[in-house]
Amino acid sequence: MGLVTPELGTFIWMFLAFAIVLFILKKFAWKPILNALKEREESIEDALRSADRAKEEMAELQADNERILQEARKEREGMLKEAKEMSTKIVNEAKQKATQEADKLVESARANIESEKAAALNEIKAQVANLSVEIAEKVLRQQFAEDQQQKDYFKKLMDEVKLN
Amino acid sequence: MKNIHRFLLIFFFIASAVPAFASDEHDQHAHHDTHKKEKFEPGNFIMDHIADAYDWHILSYKDKHVSVPLPVIVISEQSGFHMFMSSKFHHGHDAYKGFYIAQEGEFRGKVVEKINGHEVRPFDISMTKNVVALLISMIILLWVFISVAKAYTKRKGQAPKGMQSLMEPLILFVRDEIAKPAIGEKKYEKYMPFLLTIFFFIWLNNLMGLVPLIPGGANVTGNITITMVLALFTFIITTVNGNKNYWVHIFNTPGVPWWLKFPVPLMPLVELMGVFTKPFVLMVRLFANITAGHMIVLAFVSLIFIFGQISPMLGYGTSVISVLFVIFMDMLELLVALIQAYVFTLLSALYFGMATEEHH
Repeated sequence: MGLVTPELGTFIWMFLAFAIVLFILKKFAWKPILNALKEREESIEDALRSADRAKEEMAELQADNERILQEARKEREGMLKEAKEMSTKIVNEAKQKATQEADKLVESARANIESEKAAALNEIKAQVANLSVEIAEKVLRQQFAEDQQQKDYFKKLMDEVKLN
Repeated sequence: MKNIHRFLLIFFFIASAVPAFASDEHDQHAHHDTHKKEKFEPGNFIMDHIADAYDWHILSYKDKHVSVPLPVIVISEQSGFHMFMSSKFHHGHDAYKGFYIAQEGEFRGKVVEKINGHEVRPFDISMTKNVVALLISMIILLWVFISVAKAYTKRKGQAPKGMQSLMEPLILFVRDEIAKPAIGEKKYEKYMPFLLTIFFFIWLNNLMGLVPLIPGGANVTGNITITMVLALFTFIITTVNGNKNYWVHIFNTPGVPWWLKFPVPLMPLVELMGVFTKPFVLMVRLFANITAGHMIVLAFVSLIFIFGQISPMLGYGTSVISVLFVIFMDMLELLVALIQAYVFTLLSALYFGMATEEHH
């Protein structure tokens, strides 16, 4: 039957046309299209990969920042602590020095006072002695203005000595 | 919904008016040689529409035939090379330079000449309806895909646009769903041009075959010669690219008892037959599927004329149902057009995959 019998003429036309079209399409259509698609896919993949990498780098950077911040915080704390210690130390030292100085001052003041006191006492003592001598002189002068009395007193003193 | 109802109503009104003209046309068309009203023969009617022709028939009304004449190129054993337009045959009624179109017999519908009282086919390389439709589809393919390729180089690194974005998913489909799984990630690239070409060639021609008007309407992919060439290409590529493993598989199939290979090489014979049956089946499948689809559509149309001959009113009534069925079949054929292109491409890719498979 004609329907299922291949025709030589059609065969030749089809074979030539198909071969030529296949060749032209391969060279001028499929190659550039497939290459472009491949290129685009690769560039998309690249972009995705680099985005991932950027994300990772970002995370790393963030971690780094965090770490640096942490370190800085620690350092600050340390410095603050040290400063506090130093200040208390300085204050303490100053206090100690001040106390020492004050003690020294008090001591020297005391010594001064002591010596002044002693001097004053000595003076007073001397004054009292002088005054007593003067008073006694005056009293004696008055009492020994009369001879009798002098004699009596002598006598008494003599008695005392004898007894010894 | 309302619009669809209205559309269908108008459509059926027009459709039911068609047989009044069409019955004349097909009486004339199916029986070029007789001008009196004859019985409508659906068999001839269908065959004439499916088969190749020397002119591109558009319509006939009463005695007038409107068709595009195509060049007839024949080389006769007796009179040598001839080239003339098919209009010289006057729609098959006349002979020209001793050549005429056989109306019945072995060469029905083909150009023949009489040598010593026998009808003989000359060497016939006429640009028939199928050849011209084939060339038109080739030009469309070239135009579409070269312009798409240009778009790719022009708009490098940009998103696809227009025709490019229509074709890209299809190209990716052939690459990612057919070539890569069937042939393998490493070797598929070599076969992509062929697979893409047959996929789009078959699909485009299937679709063009569904369009009843010029430049459609030719039954290109339902022509055994066309499918034969396509299958032949698949066969050649498979055979040329067959590696050692492929041939070992054919002539010394592993995992088969030795007495199936020696002394009677039963298994190698079966395997060798398989090498030829595979492309043969490809050829027949595409041809049969497309031809059958066209036949069914034409059979539904024939029903109108068969009933129209009994009584015109019956013809009108049948036309409504027939047109409904034809619409349904055309929808189905749209699907078949894609599926057959897919199947042909996929099977070709599978054969290439088998031919290049490494031993494992």
